[in-house]
Amino acid sequence: MSQPGIPASGGAPTGLQAQNGAASASGSLYSNGPVQNALVSSQISVNQGYNSQLPGSYPHLIPAKTLNPVSGQSNYGGSQTVSPLSNYQGPGQTLHRPPVASNPATPSLHSAPVPRMPLPTSHNPAATPMPSGSFLPGANVHPPLNWQYNYSSTGSQTNHCPPASSQPTISGNTNLTSHQYVSSGDPSFQNNFIKSGIASNTNNGSMVVHNSYDEIEGGGFLATPQHTNKNPTMSRSVGYSYPSLPPGYQNTGPPSTTGMPPSSLNYSSGPQGFIQTPLGANHLAASMSGLSLHPEGLRVINLLQERNMLPATPLRPPVPNLHEDIQKLNCNPDLFRCTLTSIPQTQALLNKAKLPLGLLLHPFKDLVQLPVVTSSTIVRCRSCRTYINPFVSFLDPRRWKCNLCYRVNDVPEEFMYNPLTRVYGEPHRRPEVQNATIEFMAPSEYMLRPPQPPVYLFVFDVSHNAVETGYLNSVCQSLLDNLDLLPGNTRTKIGFITFDSTIHFYSLQEGLSQPQMLIVSDIEDVFIPMPENLLVNLNESKELVQDLLKTLPQMFTKTLETQSALGPALQAAFKLMSPTGGRMSVFQTQLPTLGVGALRPREEPNQRSSAKEIHLTPSTDFYKKLALDCSGQQVAVDLFLLSGQYSDLASLGCISRYSAGSVYYYPSYHHQQNPVQVQKLQKELQRYLTRKIGFEAVMRIRCTKGLSIHTFHGNFFVRSTDLLSLPNVNPDAGYAVQMSVEESLTDTQLVSFQSALLYTSSKGERRIRVHTLCLPVVSTLNEVFLGADVQAISGLLANMAVDRSVTASLSDARDALVNAVIDSLSAYRSSVLSNQQPGLMVPFSLRLFPLFVLALLKQKSFQTGTNARLDERIFAMCQVKNQPLVYLMLTTHPSLYRVDNLSDEGALNINDRTIPQPPILQLSVEKLSRDGAFLMDAGSVLMLWVGKNCGQNFLSQVLGVQNYALIPQIMTDLPELDTPESARIIAFISWLREQRPFFPILYVIRDESPMKANFLQNMVEDRTESALSYYEFLLHIQQQVNK
Amino acid sequence: AFTFAAFCYMLALLLTAALIFFAIWHIIAFDELKTDYKNPIDQCNTLNPLVLPEYLIHAFFCVMFLCAAEWLTLGLNMPLLAYHIWRYMSRPVMSGPGLYDPTTIMNADILAYCQKEGWCKLAFYLLAFFYYLYGMIYVLVSS
Repeated sequence: MSQPGIPASGGAPTGLQAQNGAASASGSLYSNGPVQNALVSSQISVNQGYNSQLPGSYPHLIPAKTLNPVSGQSNYGGSQTVSPLSNYQGPGQTLHRPPVASNPATPSLHSAPVPRMPLPTSHNPAATPMPSGSFLPGANVHPPLNWQYNYSSTGSQTNHCPPASSQPTISGNTNLTSHQYVSSGDPSFQNNFIKSGIASNTNNGSMVVHNSYDEIEGGGFLATPQHTNKNPTMSRSVGYSYPSLPPGYQNTGPPSTTGMPPSSLNYSSGPQGFIQTPLGANHLAASMSGLSLHPEGLRVINLLQERNMLPATPLRPPVPNLHEDIQKLNCNPDLFRCTLTSIPQTQALLNKAKLPLGLLLHPFKDLVQLPVVTSSTIVRCRSCRTYINPFVSFLDPRRWKCNLCYRVNDVPEEFMYNPLTRVYGEPHRRPEVQNATIEFMAPSEYMLRPPQPPVYLFVFDVSHNAVETGYLNSVCQSLLDNLDLLPGNTRTKIGFITFDSTIHFYSLQEGLSQPQMLIVSDIEDVFIPMPENLLVNLNESKELVQDLLKTLPQMFTKTLETQSALGPALQAAFKLMSPTGGRMSVFQTQLPTLGVGALRPREEPNQRSSAKEIHLTPSTDFYKKLALDCSGQQVAVDLFLLSGQYSDLASLGCISRYSAGSVYYYPSYHHQQNPVQVQKLQKELQRYLTRKIGFEAVMRIRCTKGLSIHTFHGNFFVRSTDLLSLPNVNPDAGYAVQMSVEESLTDTQLVSFQSALLYTSSKGERRIRVHTLCLPVVSTLNEVFLGADVQAISGLLANMAVDRSVTASLSDARDALVNAVIDSLSAYRSSVLSNQQPGLMVPFSLRLFPLFVLALLKQKSFQTGTNARLDERIFAMCQVKNQPLVYLMLTTHPSLYRVDNLSDEGALNINDRTIPQPPILQLSVEKLSRDGAFLMDAGSVLMLWVGKNCGQNFLSQVLGVQNYALIPQIMTDLPELDTPESARIIAFISWLREQRPFFPILYVIRDESPMKANFLQNMVEDRTESALSYYEFLLHIQQQVNK
Repeated sequence: AFTFAAFCYMLALLLTAALIFFAIWHIIAFDELKTDYKNPIDQCNTLNPLVLPEYLIHAFFCVMFLCAAEWLTLGLNMPLLAYHIWRYMSRPVMSGPGLYDPTTIMNADILAYCQKEGWCKLAFYLLAFFYYLYGMIYVLVSS
């Protein structure tokens, strides 16, 4: 059984949260430390210290309670239901001190019958003391002893605490935002603070410092511990407990408890008995409650009848069916989400559901607010090395139980002090335990070598073909503009290499009057002509670098060399960078033809449209091997391919894929003939050069015992079963992980996943970014379906389909996608639906599943029947693997809005700007009309299609043209006109742009524009020559499902 | 009588003992990968050079049995020989010899497949070892 912890420490109201789900009780304070209830407002917090839970036994207890609340609490810890006093000792176990906090506060017991206690009495001894600064004298005492000790004392001691104890600290606690820092100001802290603190500030978040424990020492803690059972069961209980509830009362189902008025809370602490309801029951109750929140979610939908299931607002990820206090702490779904928000208990159940289980991560996303902790010891589980997180349980303030491997660990002394509140003894309120996403400043144990400086090496193709495209101008100009914005510090190094059939190095030694070019023509055995000065300190040689960038575009204008020795150039670049590691940006415009890594054209245009016999696999392993070497030396290679011809991206892309780089592709780039690509390159380069970057990174994903990682998707090298080697990590990269259930999870109600990304920032700090996701475990198929996250499933399926295309064939991959829908819906039909109705019945959660899969089939990666170029297809596949889910879904199923009649109805107001929110339309031509204008948001591009009969008003007020014929062929900007219509649409577009880190280009398309085909291609619900319409697809699925 | 067939069996006996070591080595190597003791690149570098020798040894005594007209023994070995040929034909794109690609080897399916392959081969070689022993004695004894 679980026990509730009793936490006492001042302030620890939260403590209450019980974790045990099972135990209805709110009891376990400690366990969840992190969770705070809303209730927990400051005062409450104080009181609650105890959360007891009462089990059925409660009644008995009552009397006891009245006497002294305190005692009551203690009992609980031990045994559940138990009678009051006896309990204490019995359990003996774990409990240590009585919770401090609990007492003080409100006397009033919840239950009417019970007399109120006078305030004073209530407390536990320990508890009281806590007011902010003071520690209890006794505090240090060891738990068990104390415990009893307290107990006896309780009566007397209670008095001490003034209810007031609520302390100041509390207020701060709830959020760890930067302001907390304030505390730093405090003299006491300062020392520490300074050193660590500063650094952290730079980032964003708030940081927390703790160190100064010394002063504190001696303070006791308050909390009482609960002990815990070591059962696994307990642990799970965490999930469900309803911390918020007033403790005492919870015997009943948790839900009921919630209702209680806060006042009751106070005392509840007194008695707790727990009852532990069997977990199952709780669980059920919990799930029901979850469901009840979304009655819609329970619907079964006949897709053939209700065709318009696309919501008018962007689809939100489903909320895991967890108690709200836990859910509140859960990781943001943009960063970390799971395809099934209810994890099936066994692999058999998962297989039955036929849905993929996996995680989608965006671990290095730019965050506005990120708590950063600087601490000399990072608290981790001793056996599985999990970082402490909001979902661990505190058995007592001195011990916590890992939520991944269930080992019980000691809480280090240092961790007992909460620097935010400056209170000792409440480890559960520290930021590490209050934030599912947190960043640690890593001490030197986390370094294999001193943090590397930021190193950027640019490798340019300067063959005739490259010069023809004119890309050097744009790239050099962008570099010049952003040279000061490159992330880095005074140690930043930069270097350049150009190549055609030979390799050119540039010496940028300080003191030279101009850059010196060194040509190496031996491409068979590449060597570095001089060991130094090829990679130079950016600050010291900035003028030379600028000189070089200005002259570079002109240097090769007369070149006649058409060959390209990319392989040798990459080898040279690798040699140059291998001592430090860093980022290599390679610009290539044609198929490499010389030296190692030379490739032959193998695209056969006539076979483009068939799904067979296309070359998706690399033709050589040179690039893969080089990428692995790069990965070993912490070098990442980003490939910019600007080519009109087939360039075998399938082979070239390996260089980025296995070195954790990214691929950018600009088909038919030409500085004059293709201005759209030029603008795209500029915008993307701007983002590329200035975005955050992490060097020499590794990412490890841990999950609760019983689950295991099956396969990773993304750009990286898998170094061991759960460790990814990422020489560079950037904020625009996403990863996917397939999971399997290895052992049955029947003993658990919650599972957690933790990703830890260890990297060196561009400022030379070693940091660890940790995300933790907690999800409930379910035992029935219906619950698995109810918790399905259709976007995540589609994203994971897309990743799996890319692998399948490469290892088997494209048609296999397409079949697999369709079968995924058919199998899961058949499973739903046969196992969940009791009465077999005609039609295509799907659970509400999967109502968009067929649509998204159809969209995937029509996506560039997997489509057939069109003349997609092989490189474009492969690039689309690279994007599937490397993009975060949000953008992947937008490229797959773009959002369509009608924008010629925007109104302020339902508009958002952000910072005094009014942003209209037009409804999202289905992607079908039937939704278009010639007299309107429609905006399609496909992630990296925005397309504004203007119908032929579009109102004059829109043309003149928004586009600034007199009539339709005057709309320019290529228009990528809307004029800022002084009209409300123009203001609205511009506000809307800039709002869409602000939501993503890159800059999507807007294309205005009129009927005869070449881009119109792209626009119409995204109309996934319509029939095309080779693909089914949505309705046909549904019929096909229905036929298969009902077979 | 000490015929050519008997010689083939003796040779096969010795070589199968060697193959058993290969199989054990293979199993241990994949187990190490699974438990994170080894870096996949290193592990592939140690495993890849062993693949062809193993296949060649096996092919070699298949040819010997063919020459000795031991049809039953040859028949028992044909499936494995065919498997080896198929396996090597469908290997990933690699410039060196070998089968294992460090970038895909950590995929759970492939890892499980390789482990299972190791166990199956070990069992096959062990049974074959005793069969050859029997075959050798039988040939020696029969006149």
